[in-house]
Amino acid sequence: MRAHRLPHIWCPGCGLGNALRCYVEAMEASDTPLDKHVCVSGIGCSGRAAGYVNVDSYHTTHGRPIPFATGLKLVRPELEVTVFSGDGDLVTIGGNHLIHAARRNLDLNVLCANNFNYGMTGGQFGATTPYAARTTTTPYGNFEQAFNLPLLVAASGATFVSRWTSLHVRQLTKAIERAFEVDGFAFVEILSPCPVGFGRKNEFADALAEMTHFREKAIVRHDADLREVGITMRREDPIILGNFVDEERPSYFVGKDDLLKSVLEGRE
Amino acid sequence: MTGEHFMKGDEALVEGSIAAGCRFYAGYPITPSSEIAERMAWRMPLVGGDYIQIEDEMGSLAAVIGASCAGAKAMTATSGPGFSLMMEHIGLAIMLEAPCVVVDIQRGGPSTGLPTLMSQGDMMQARWGSHGDYEMVAYAPGTVQEMFDFAIKAFNTAERFRVPVLVMGDQIVGQMTARLVIPSEEEIEVSYRPLPDVPPEEYSPADVSRLVPPMVLPGEGYGLHMTALTHDEFGYPETSASRQESLVPRLIRKIKENEQDIVEYEERLLDDAEVGLVVYGSMKGPGWEAVQAARKEGIKAGILRLITPWPFPREPVERLSERVAAILVAEVNMGQMVHSVREYARCPVHHLGHPGGRIFHPDEILRALRKVIT
Amino acid sequence: MRTEIRMAGFGGQGIITMGKILGRAAVIYDRRPAVLTEDYGPEKIGGWSKADLVLSDEEIQYPLVDRLDIFLALSQDGYEMFHHTLRVDGQALFESDLVNPEKGWKQRTTFIPALQTASDMGKKVVANIVMIGALVELTQVVSVKAAKKAILDSIPKGTEDLNEAAFSKGRELAREEGG
Ligand code: SF4
Repeated sequence: MRAHRLPHIWCPGCGLGNALRCYVEAMEASDTPLDKHVCVSGIGCSGRAAGYVNVDSYHTTHGRPIPFATGLKLVRPELEVTVFSGDGDLVTIGGNHLIHAARRNLDLNVLCANNFNYGMTGGQFGATTPYAARTTTTPYGNFEQAFNLPLLVAASGATFVSRWTSLHVRQLTKAIERAFEVDGFAFVEILSPCPVGFGRKNEFADALAEMTHFREKAIVRHDADLREVGITMRREDPIILGNFVDEERPSYFVGKDDLLKSVLEGRE
Repeated sequence: MTGEHFMKGDEALVEGSIAAGCRFYAGYPITPSSEIAERMAWRMPLVGGDYIQIEDEMGSLAAVIGASCAGAKAMTATSGPGFSLMMEHIGLAIMLEAPCVVVDIQRGGPSTGLPTLMSQGDMMQARWGSHGDYEMVAYAPGTVQEMFDFAIKAFNTAERFRVPVLVMGDQIVGQMTARLVIPSEEEIEVSYRPLPDVPPEEYSPADVSRLVPPMVLPGEGYGLHMTALTHDEFGYPETSASRQESLVPRLIRKIKENEQDIVEYEERLLDDAEVGLVVYGSMKGPGWEAVQAARKEGIKAGILRLITPWPFPREPVERLSERVAAILVAEVNMGQMVHSVREYARCPVHHLGHPGGRIFHPDEILRALRKVIT
Repeated sequence: MRTEIRMAGFGGQGIITMGKILGRAAVIYDRRPAVLTEDYGPEKIGGWSKADLVLSDEEIQYPLVDRLDIFLALSQDGYEMFHHTLRVDGQALFESDLVNPEKGWKQRTTFIPALQTASDMGKKVVANIVMIGALVELTQVVSVKAAKKAILDSIPKGTEDLNEAAFSKGRELAREEGG
């Protein structure tokens, strides 16, 4: 962490601090020296993470940290490039880049803090807000359905897909370490309480209530059927966590080198 | 590639970019700029660079800026609708001071407009399209050779000042095929952005004594941070009026204080001219032919061709306006650069415009010149 | 002197290639300025296609054609779309089997059985090269030597003899038909 940048801007009870700490611990535990780690973030509360981590970092535009990171990684493949941003940034405005990055299977790590709303701008709904949930722009409850992120990203072709909450510190850190290791696109969804933007309006009186919900309803099931891991945030429904996908699939670099070699050599 | 070629403008631009050191291209195909993407896809792997197709133009320019931050000379190319989508990231490149080149092969608009036919309708968007205050550098090539030459200029200017630079081509100059001479590598002057000249331990990002601060690259131990927010000299966000006052004017001064150096234009037959024709881009040729035809009829016409529409060549326009009785601006839009000409000219300024789809024939310009004179 | 040439036909006939070969012959081997512009119909396959070539002794300022000196049509559509752009004293070259000009067509015209000739040689694709041979013979817009070199630059390896034969055949036909 960059001590001189603290205290951070996050609200008391926010899950982002924990999520960030797990990312930092995973970096420290990884084989890659810290100065070869790069953090790219977008816009939103979690977008500020890039400014707090003590590695080379870029805070970009809303929705576009993934393509920015794509350009960076292609030029400097030896760097461990991680996108740390929020659901609104990565999934709602930037969703197209997310699925294409997973399809491309470039060796990027995407840590997506999902708090089910746009916290920074005052708690509006987005593509991850559960059906019927209240936000400042769904005063009658959300009419729309939410994305099931592990299903979406796995179907798009990611090599590693995982979901933890910001309370599952140990498992989350391990998952991020694994994301660094895998040779391909790795996605970690981090469920993160947002008492200010989401919790209060949805029967979680305070940060503690949302955290308790995460703790009590969490079920770890690595081999879960991904069609069934959507999140409702209803009191009665489970929150399924795990490292759902961990598969070998040739990364973008491998695919590109193989093809270029065979085609160019074939020409001679 | 050194030697003589019969090449398409879009392809010449690719060769110029490569000669300037471009090793990264990200883009989304769009008519009539796709020849650039196609040739880049073929050429980049052969010169040790990267070509990547991103899912839209916002992402394309974001990837270009990421590549630039990683140390590569990077570019993208597009046309009208894609250019509109790129506007936000023009601002990002300015704010991160990430050198890059954006090529707009202009076609008729608004909206989908005329995908296969030329216009010069994006000239004001080029200058003002992204939100906030900034200065812009844009080159307007008029021949296949200039597609090559100006691509090199664009990269060099981008690198020297750590800014995005535009090449405002159009469908005509992009898709026509003509003679191109590629000089030998030694003959091509190439610039690279300033880099820190001290090791990480001694490096102080606070040193912004230079108008164009050195660019720190990732993975080298400098512990850099860059943000699109208004930021302090360390790169950290500080969203205050006072910080804005020190950051934004510096970004503007990078261009303003070097305007003399950046601005380029071409003057012909202006010494005794009574009427001045102002053109740029593909209108260069037809304009010159019209001026020569006018001279044959005894009309003392001369031509001022803007090589860099932006920054706007104010002084040459001022000078011209003091010499001639009237100026005619001929451009393939309904009146864009004519506004800037009027801003600086001290004589009557007339406009010959067309909404796009075709270039002016020299005879049409000649007729307009005759009218201006009477 | 400025010469404006338009070649029109349908996609797949190698119209653009003709333009590139002639332009290359002029620029690289005859060392004269040339500018080529191309255009297609919106249909992906079988739509019209045209190549416009401006040749000149001085630098070319206006890159487009205006009043054609020479008009080549390799399809009826190509003929119909563009025949009105040929000057009254211009020269036309039509594919004998594919172009049928209207009654009253007055311009100097040579009919070349390019397709039939190419078929007889066993490769329909060289019909455009036959046409180039005829054009060069009739108009000398580029030199024979330059045209031959530009053809060799533009064709797949192993087809040199075939293309040279097609070019010569085109010249012969022009001598016979054009007189
Ligand atoms: S608004 Fe929500 S996500 Fe943002 S800092 Fe506050 S609690 Fe965290």
